Amino acid sequence: MTCDEAEILLHALIDGELDAGHAREVEAHVAACPRCADRLAAYRQMSAMVASADLKFIAPPQLRRRIEASLPAQAAAPSRRSVLKGFAMGSAVSALAATGLVGIVISKDDRQRIESEVVSAHLRSLQAGHLIDVVSSDQHTVKPWFNGKLDVSPPVIDLTAQGFTLIGGRLDYVDARAIGAVVYRRRQHVINLFVAQTANSERLRAKTDTIQGFNIRRWGERGLNFWAVSDIGADELNEFGEKFETAMAANKEG
Amino acid sequence: MPLTKSDNDPERARRFREAAMPYLDDLYTLARYLLRDPADAEDAVQECYLRAFKHFHTYRGPAIKPWLFAILRNVCYAEFSRRAGSPTKTIDDVPEAAVQPPIWQEPPETPESTMLRERDASMIRRLVDALAEPFRETFVLREINNLSYREIAETAGVPVGTVMSRLARARAMLRAAWMAAEEPTQ
Repeated sequence: MTCDEAEILLHALIDGELDAGHAREVEAHVAACPRCADRLAAYRQMSAMVASADLKFIAPPQLRRRIEASLPAQAAAPSRRSVLKGFAMGSAVSALAATGLVGIVISKDDRQRIESEVVSAHLRSLQAGHLIDVVSSDQHTVKPWFNGKLDVSPPVIDLTAQGFTLIGGRLDYVDARAIGAVVYRRRQHVINLFVAQTANSERLRAKTDTIQGFNIRRWGERGLNFWAVSDIGADELNEFGEKFETAMAANKEG
Repeated sequence: MPLTKSDNDPERARRFREAAMPYLDDLYTLARYLLRDPADAEDAVQECYLRAFKHFHTYRGPAIKPWLFAILRNVCYAEFSRRAGSPTKTIDDVPEAAVQPPIWQEPPETPESTMLRERDASMIRRLVDALAEPFRETFVLREINNLSYREIAETAGVPVGTVMSRLARARAMLRAAWMAAEEPTQ
């Protein structure tokens, strides 16, 4: 292999795009050629720095809204789709319930669909580099970070003293809408707490489900819907939810 | 995939949303680097989603990502020719000093570790912005959007070999610019 060939192929080596045979050839050349070895090292280092620099942009919320508004269905067929506004959407839910069994079946469908989307979002967040947009164990850093990114600022409550460490926040995407995710850690396990606005200000009692092996605890309070998702046990997840609800109630009173 | 239903079919819109909306940030990122202007990038991404939805019934998978990127790329290149036709603004003669600093989403108060990372990031963004096309596009698709060589080839409509040589050129140029940028401190 010549240096000219290696100069192109070492990039494919860095990017993991070479089959084993070609990878060995490039590595053999690099082992014998100090100049190409230097290059490989320099490009490896550069790629690592680029990868860790977080060069992505986040689409502004108004762009998402503009695109959503330009697609049909949101306006055309409101009933089944509008879940986050939806699954506890107050007056509209009452209207659905008034139509009887059909309404109940539909809202249950939607709830399950949302829950499985929430679990998908949880899984996505566990992929490298996707868990946290703002890294901080300080609620006063995480909370303002959400300002301007969402229609509603999710409550960010530090539960470190109760055994659940706040590690940051993230914008996520559920049911075709941007929603806030507050991220906690319990030992080695990640808990994603998804928060979305709802028209219903009544308290919604907590309910726990298991989807694809993940536990999910859902509740609603003060115009917000919450979904806590994790691979920790249902009892621990309930403990998390209860501590969060207690802290939130204390914040309100205090 | 039902072809008989109309554009207003809510089911089709639902499937489109599920398939395409998760890539919004990725597409916006590419548009920002290609067009180097936040407002133009927003317009391009919106146009991309409109076109993609219009042609969604002809889309035959499996990978929707390069398909969406290819549409966005066409929109951006149409914008390039529009700019080239207008005397006021041409993409390639924007002097480097006039390149707008990236607009950060983060609030001013951030922990120190992320501040360091962001300082690096804004320096690297400037260097990437200064790369000439088609090297900038190839670099962004690979390093920032994390596409495989095959996906980049599909997006740009060129053979994989071309992707490889463009990427090698792009990294060589970036490395040279990077070393030049760090010169005073070395």
